[in-house]
Amino acid sequence: MDSKRRDMLKTGGGLTLLSLVAAAGWLKPGDGWAAEWNKAAFDTKSMDETLKTIGATTPAQSKDITFFSTPDIAENGAVVPIGITSAIPKTESIAILVEKNPNMLTAVFDIPPGTEPAISTRVKMGQSSNVYALVKADGKYYVASKEIKVTLGGCGG
Amino acid sequence: MADPMKIRANVVGDTTEVKVLMSHEMETGQRKDAQGKTIPAWHIQTVNATWNGKTVLSAQWGPAVAKNPFLSFKFKGGAKGDKVQITWTDTRGDTRTDEATIG
Repeated sequence: MDSKRRDMLKTGGGLTLLSLVAAAGWLKPGDGWAAEWNKAAFDTKSMDETLKTIGATTPAQSKDITFFSTPDIAENGAVVPIGITSAIPKTESIAILVEKNPNMLTAVFDIPPGTEPAISTRVKMGQSSNVYALVKADGKYYVASKEIKVTLGGCGG
Repeated sequence: MADPMKIRANVVGDTTEVKVLMSHEMETGQRKDAQGKTIPAWHIQTVNATWNGKTVLSAQWGPAVAKNPFLSFKFKGGAKGDKVQITWTDTRGDTRTDEATIG
């Protein structure tokens, strides 16, 4: 894995910088994307903590990130559909963060070139909360949020 | 071994839309059983999707992804008859790969 990184360093040029930023962002350098689960990031309890763990700078609010097929009110917190699309050029990854869940970071999607920066999935929400879409594009971070009211919690026990 | 995924991949114009339904408990590690003991976390951690051997989406998931996860995404390219392959790995190290033909 290290040798790959060195190759990347050797090739030089603009692409290298981008790849390095990508490698340093969400992951430890040298790891393949899906190769290792970023435990530290998924353990974080606040937005600031999550951003620090993944090495992100303060994200800029962006109107180019939109939620689609996402309800304002979710009847069942155990299954809340979330769709996020980013119109920001060079979107590299999209993360979903639920503010009031025990651990904020819910999912991170890596968008390789050729894949549309639009994903949809379903998440659990313990209670009504803001949901953040954190987008990394061209090495910079952008965020948008949406409040979802939950009438029945999804993390009950 | 977990149940197979349901994968549907359709090509519309120059993009392929993939919809996946996985079968997984996605236990959060927050719940307690009747004896008050915490049920350990057990959830999918990584998901990887490939088309013709090229990664078209990869993801890292926490326990807050809903039970029996749903995922949909689109990528440019793909033709009828091509294969889309999805692999997930969970916290127990279990892994499952399923394949669908683009229709």
